Amino acid sequence: MHETIAAPAWVMLAYLIAGVCFILALRGLSSPASSQRGNRLGMLGMTIAVVTTLLVYAPMRSASDCPPGELGLCSEAMSVDWASFGWVIGAIALGAVIGIVTARRIAMTAMPQLVAAFHSLVGLAAVLVGAAAFLNPIAFGIADAAGSIYFNSRLEMGLGVAIGAVTFSGSVIAFLKLNGNMSGKPIMLPGRHVLNFGILFAILALIAYFTQDQSPWIFWTVTGLAFAVGFLLIIPIGGADMPVVISMLNSYSGWAAAAMGFTLQNSAMIITGALVGSSGAILSYIMCRAMNRNFLSVIAGGFGGDAAAAGAEAAIDRPWKRGSAEDAGFLMKQAELVIIVPGYGMAVAQAQHAVRELADLLKEEGVAVKYAIHPVAGRMPGHMNVLLAEANVPYDEVFELEDINSEFARADVAFVIGANDVTNPSAKSDKSSPIYGMPVLDVEKAKTVLFVKRSMGGVGYAGIDNELFYRDNTMMLLGDGKKMAEEIVKSLG
Amino acid sequence: MDFISILSIFVLSCFVGYYVVWSVTPALHTPLMSVTNAISSVIVVGALIAAGASGAPGAKWLGLLGVVLASINIFGGFAVTERMLAMYKKKER
Repeated sequence: MHETIAAPAWVMLAYLIAGVCFILALRGLSSPASSQRGNRLGMLGMTIAVVTTLLVYAPMRSASDCPPGELGLCSEAMSVDWASFGWVIGAIALGAVIGIVTARRIAMTAMPQLVAAFHSLVGLAAVLVGAAAFLNPIAFGIADAAGSIYFNSRLEMGLGVAIGAVTFSGSVIAFLKLNGNMSGKPIMLPGRHVLNFGILFAILALIAYFTQDQSPWIFWTVTGLAFAVGFLLIIPIGGADMPVVISMLNSYSGWAAAAMGFTLQNSAMIITGALVGSSGAILSYIMCRAMNRNFLSVIAGGFGGDAAAAGAEAAIDRPWKRGSAEDAGFLMKQAELVIIVPGYGMAVAQAQHAVRELADLLKEEGVAVKYAIHPVAGRMPGHMNVLLAEANVPYDEVFELEDINSEFARADVAFVIGANDVTNPSAKSDKSSPIYGMPVLDVEKAKTVLFVKRSMGGVGYAGIDNELFYRDNTMMLLGDGKKMAEEIVKSLG
Repeated sequence: MDFISILSIFVLSCFVGYYVVWSVTPALHTPLMSVTNAISSVIVVGALIAAGASGAPGAKWLGLLGVVLASINIFGGFAVTERMLAMYKKKER
């Protein structure tokens, strides 16, 4: 065991307070009412952590900055190096401007991409910190005077950099897929499992070797291989599994921060890393459960490929009913309870405002309106809730699957817009269906199902046909989601 | 701090995280992701140390770049979370 330069007690206390603020920030999210206070506490915690670090580790002039021969007389030695300090403040300011401008401008429908991009930044920052600590270990207090890095620190540093690099390259791919720069279809390399396991094993072996030999090539090879494996892990995963991927990367970014916290012996980083790591892991679990899929099978990738497409082609000939916007308007106006079921298609069509308008008109007619959200509707956990909130839908009209499923039986109309797989009744009855066992919204129990869809040809992300379309109580409303909602609004007015 | 103290903080924080995150309402899962993003950028602490340290110039530049990236995340993450949370409203009347 080694002894590092102990930080003063007040510094440790400040980092601890920052960590507690972060816990309270997450705690605040237990209800929308307390959430904003939580977010402010998060900001406070971050301010405490940054200011403390700036005070303790302010850039200092060192004796080497003095002219030779005047060492003892040089008053500049051990005073704050304001030029370097300026650079640091400049770097923070630059980041602040980019961050705030992005946060202000981003469309709510683009949140999944933004979060993926942010994850990649955390990953890259972890790699940079790890690399800096490797190049200048004495400044971090993790090496002896000769520059030999301590055993524990090598291990933590190696793991931190590897997780950071995986987070970075994985998030970049997730970003490209979500942003549409890259096809959402899984890209399957032959022998990818062998390849991935081989690289993972090589990374672990090299980190083990790194604890014995501090050569730079080992450090950089670990970093390079980890970048490669992050890339390889995400390319075979299809668009429908993105909610799991994005949660998983969220978790990784946390573990990277925690590993760096171990290296720097910083409690704020360790607490935060553990919080974020568990948060991402729980979200991944919730998403997997909502799709009735095993986490490992999601990670193995390939879902939503061409295997299922054949079944969809054959089924189109079955009879189905088509309705018009006027029919839909009439049915909804007569209803007592209308449940709106939004999905990713609503986000794509930017229909959330038109849907809200429709709901407002119905409410004026005395119709009760509720919204039903499936946990994997959208491209990230909670995506639909944010879009509805953006369209000024009060959050107490929006319900989760388990809270509203029993109400479909007494609803007159279920209005499905942009959702597909999450309403498929064959998930409950057809054992051969790829989504069999997935919890779905019981929309077919409503007296009438109004299903908005662009055309009859397309299938959902699971690539399978939906039983719902051919039911007697289903009326298909073919057209763009936003236009359809607007036309129904017109017919009501 | 010795390794065992650090490990204790870590393990206990994992448990705290587990219970706190399960209590988050599903309606706020997107803000949860953006705020965890912001707070995981506390990694900026390491970047600040590297940027401020004298000695290896390479480490200094890596540190400065790390400060920029982490700051984008901190400011962007908190700002976008704030923007989202402000949209969640209760029914009027």
